[in-house]
Formats: sequence, C-alpha cells, structure tokens
Amino acid sequence: MSKSFELPENYKKWTMGLIGAGLIALLYGFIAFHPFEHAGHGENINSTRFWAVLLQNSVFFLLITNASMFFIGVTTLAMGGWQVALKRVPEAISSVVPVLGIITFVILMSIIWGGRTDIFHWVDPELYDPTSPKFDKILNGKKGFLNPVFFTVWSSVTIFLWWFIGRKMRSFSLESDASGPMDYETGKKWINKNILWASLFIVFFGLSVGSTIPWLWIMSIDAHWYSTMFSWYTFASSFVAGMSLIALYIVFLKNKGQLEYVTDEHLHDIGKFMFAFSVFWTYLWFSQYMLIWYANIPEETGYFKMRLQGPFRGIFFLNLVLNFVCPLLIFMKKSTKRNWTMVTFMAALIIFGHWIDFWQMVMPGTLGSHAALMPFEFGIAALFIGIIMWRVGVYLSSNPITAKNHPFLKESIIHHT
Amino acid sequence: MAGGIKKFVVGCFEDEAVLFPAVKNVRRAGYKIHDVYTPFPVHGLDHAMGLRETSLHTAGFIYGITGTTTALTCISWIFTKDWPLNIGGKPHFALPAWIPITFELTVLFAAVGMVLTFCYLCQLSPFVKKHHFHPRATDDLFVMAIECTEKTNEAEVTAFLEKAGAIEINTQHAETGWWIGRYDRVQKLYADTEKGY
Repeated sequence: MSKSFELPENYKKWTMGLIGAGLIALLYGFIAFHPFEHAGHGENINSTRFWAVLLQNSVFFLLITNASMFFIGVTTLAMGGWQVALKRVPEAISSVVPVLGIITFVILMSIIWGGRTDIFHWVDPELYDPTSPKFDKILNGKKGFLNPVFFTVWSSVTIFLWWFIGRKMRSFSLESDASGPMDYETGKKWINKNILWASLFIVFFGLSVGSTIPWLWIMSIDAHWYSTMFSWYTFASSFVAGMSLIALYIVFLKNKGQLEYVTDEHLHDIGKFMFAFSVFWTYLWFSQYMLIWYANIPEETGYFKMRLQGPFRGIFFLNLVLNFVCPLLIFMKKSTKRNWTMVTFMAALIIFGHWIDFWQMVMPGTLGSHAALMPFEFGIAALFIGIIMWRVGVYLSSNPITAKNHPFLKESIIHHT
Repeated sequence: MAGGIKKFVVGCFEDEAVLFPAVKNVRRAGYKIHDVYTPFPVHGLDHAMGLRETSLHTAGFIYGITGTTTALTCISWIFTKDWPLNIGGKPHFALPAWIPITFELTVLFAAVGMVLTFCYLCQLSPFVKKHHFHPRATDDLFVMAIECTEKTNEAEVTAFLEKAGAIEINTQHAETGWWIGRYDRVQKLYADTEKGY
C-alpha cells in the first residue's frame, strides 16, 4: 500500500490529447471569434459565443469538482463509515478546485470588467442612470446585489474558501497516513477536527452553491427573471454529475488494481446516490417549471418561452430524457447499480446530460437562436476534462489511494448494503 | 389446509457469529432449512441461506406503473372528455398540473400493493394463527427450523445442530401453509464459491 500508484500511459496520453484538442479549440476561438471586440447583445455572435461557451464549461466543471468536497463534508458530518475505502477519490477530484477556480474567476472577471453586456446584460452602467433612455427600473432595484463590485468580491471570497477549506480537509486526511494507526483518543480528536472543518465547509457551501453563486454566475444572464429554486436546481445538477465523476474514477482505479477494499457494495451506494439525486434534480426542475407554468406571470414565463418554443425545444426535452427518464428506468434495478460496466455508462451519460443542462441554462439568454453544439463547444469541454484528468492524476499518483489509518476503515471494509 | 402437518427439528442460537457458519454447514450437509427466525434483520443471511433474490421490487414496479397509467387515463378522460373545465385559461390537456397527482397515485399503488404482496408472501393476514417455533425468536434468539423429510434421521440432525453450537434443540410438528399456491422458499444447493459469509 505504501507504493504509490503509477498512472498508466494511456491515461497520460488521453490527458495530453484532450488538453491539446482543447487548446486548439481555444486558439481557434481567439483567432476566428474576435473575443475582445466589443459587442452588444446579438451584435457580434461569434464573440458572444466564445465567452458564453467558456462561461458554461468553466462553471459546470468547477461546480462538479467542488461537489466532491461536499460529498466528503456530508459523509463526515453524518459520521459515515462506508465511504472511507474510496475517500481518496473525491479528495483527488476536489484538488482540481483551485485550478478550475482561478480559470473560472479569470473568465468571469473578463466578462464583468470587459463590459460584456451580451453575456451579462446588467453590467451596462447606463441602466442605472435615471436620466438615460436605457434606464431600467427593475435592474435598478436589484443593484444592491447585482453589481460588478459585489460580484467580484463574493466570487473571489467563494473560490478562496472552497480552496482553503478543501485544502484543510485534504491535509487532515493525508496527515493520518504519516501518523500511523490512531488509538481511541487521537482518533476521536482527529474526527472532531474533521467535523469542525466539514461543518464550516457545508455552511459556506449553502451560502455559495446553495444560494448566491448560481444566482450571480448563471441566473443573472436573464437578469430580469428570477427563481428561488434556481440554486437548488443547479446544485442538484452539479452534485449528481459530481457523484458520476467519482464513480468513473472508482471504476478506473479498480480496473487498475487499486482501491483494494472497494467492492460491489460501495459501487451500489454510489449508484444509489446517482439514482436518487437524478430524481431529486427532476423534482426541483419540475417544481420550478410547474409553478411558473401555473402562475403564468409574463416576467417569469419569458424564461421558459425561450426554451420551450423555438430552437431550444429539442434540447429542453432531451435534457429531461437524459437526466430523468434514462437514470430512472435504467438505474432502478439493483443489478444495474452493482454492474461496473453499466455504472460507467450511466456516469458518462449523466455527466453529458448535465453538461447539456448547463448549456441550455447559458445559451438562450446569450446567443439565442445562434447557439450551437459544434466542435468548438466540445473542444472547450475537452480542455476542461483534460485539466481535471491532469490534476486528479497528479494527486492520485503522489498520494496513497487508501486512507489506511482512518478510524472508520474497518466499517468500510465490512460494509454490506 | 393446503400445507399439511410437517415435522421440524428446531435449533436455537445465541449469536450471529455462530449462526452464520451453522447455516452454511447445515446447507452443506444437505438438510433443508425451512426458515431462520431472527430478532432483527440480519444482513447477508438471505445469501447465506441460499435464497433466491426476492421479486418484491418487480411487483412494486408493476404496481407503480399501474398507478401512473390509472392516474393519467382517469384525469385525461375527466378533463378532456367527460367534464372539461376552463381553469385559468389553461389547455384542457394540462399535463404539468397532473404530474403531482400522477406521482401520488404511483406511490400509493406501489406502496399498498407491495405491502399486500409482502403479507401474501409471508403468509400473514388477520386471524391467521402462525406457528411460533420459539417465543424468544422475537427477543434474543436466532431460531433455525430444519424441515424433516421421510429420509431425514432426526437424531442425526439433532447431533449435527448440537455440534454447530445450538443451545437448545427440539422437534416440533407444525402446519406450514394456509393459502392455495402457497409460497415455498426455493433454496439453492450449497456451492463453495458463494460470495459473502
């Protein structure tokens, strides 16, 4: 167990290949899409497309990697024992947060301070000037929350704290490797320390992913529209995709002969998370949709009018099929959740489905009917997947993959569903 | 009654850790375990006993989709054909508004159906007198009942159970079934490659 995990050549090749393909797409975007030209809404489609795609991918991949630390946080607070055998996998995935956090922050800042009114309509200062013909009463009422300074400060605080608390949690886990087996008293102290920091993370996670961050980063694209369900819906989306990412890495490592204590039982529980949170996502998606449909207030229905009538109609229903119908029908059976091939397939499907979900959150308000799902979009996604694979690979190959001194390891080894 | 009177050798165990190897050895020796009664659900005991996977969840799925279909057919017939009402200018076929009711009916059908199926499979119903092999099975004893066929040597089974660690062994006659087509547990033959305990 002390021998560290050697990354297979194939993995490195795929990582380099995806990052390479992504960089080519990015370079192509820089040259062909003129991203730094000023553009109002609908004036310079290519330029808008560049930033909209970057925004969608960076936010999506940042949120799904951050969901790993949320998973560690909740299982720590629940005094969970079953996940200990595979705990290093979500830890490794959460180590990507600082890298993607910085990338996301740079993209958001370029949009906000570059005055890109085509992405975030509300950054236009004239909207708040009562003498201007563009004066917007509704946005003026929201400016205490929706302004560039608060956006910048809160985004940087959020990304910093995700990184900082996440790093603390990872360092506790790694220090248990060095200290050797714990006796009762040390173990208790160590668990309490974990609980303290996990609860800090959860509280802050509620203030960020659970409420403000999706409002600022995604919902403010349609600045006039608001939904109090939106953040939970985004959270459910990112959490179920995050669990799928964990499942993919568990299958990968098990195939390479690592994670010796992980069995069908652990996979079954991960599968239950993926199944349950797919249904939870649908519940939130539907609650948001039905209330707006029922109340039929024009300023609210605008959001769904864009998606249900017009070019996004197909994507709107595809989203439901991929993220609700498929997981519900395929993952309902116990034998599917214990089948490593099926879990791999479903995990890939769910991640793709929620990527599409984020795509349809961002595109209608920015690009409208010019939105595309072309090699450029997939290329940028490949870039982010490559970055995740690279960071996770580094973490896995430089740290032991089983947390052998965790006081609850035995509970995980004998875990039986 | 359908099942008739059968003879059982009953062994009582005080500990799970003794029970599991005992179940394994009894099966390996080729005796037929009628059932094992435990004070609480014991994980993995069904596998150790070689019972097949329950089909209760398949039944649940069928009840569930029956509920879904019932709800959707009823509501759509009522609101589009039988008694169409104008509710807030919405179309008569107002699917989003029906989803909550469809969901509730799915859950109701699945839950009630599964409870009834469970009672049928376990042969439980009001006014049915079940034979208790040992009163302490609901308190702190693990009770294993081995069914005797005409070939079974009772003294041999008793000696076997004693060796396996049973603290109390006796022979009882009991009526097994009360229902036509009663559910007889299928027990797989013991194989050394079995997973689990």
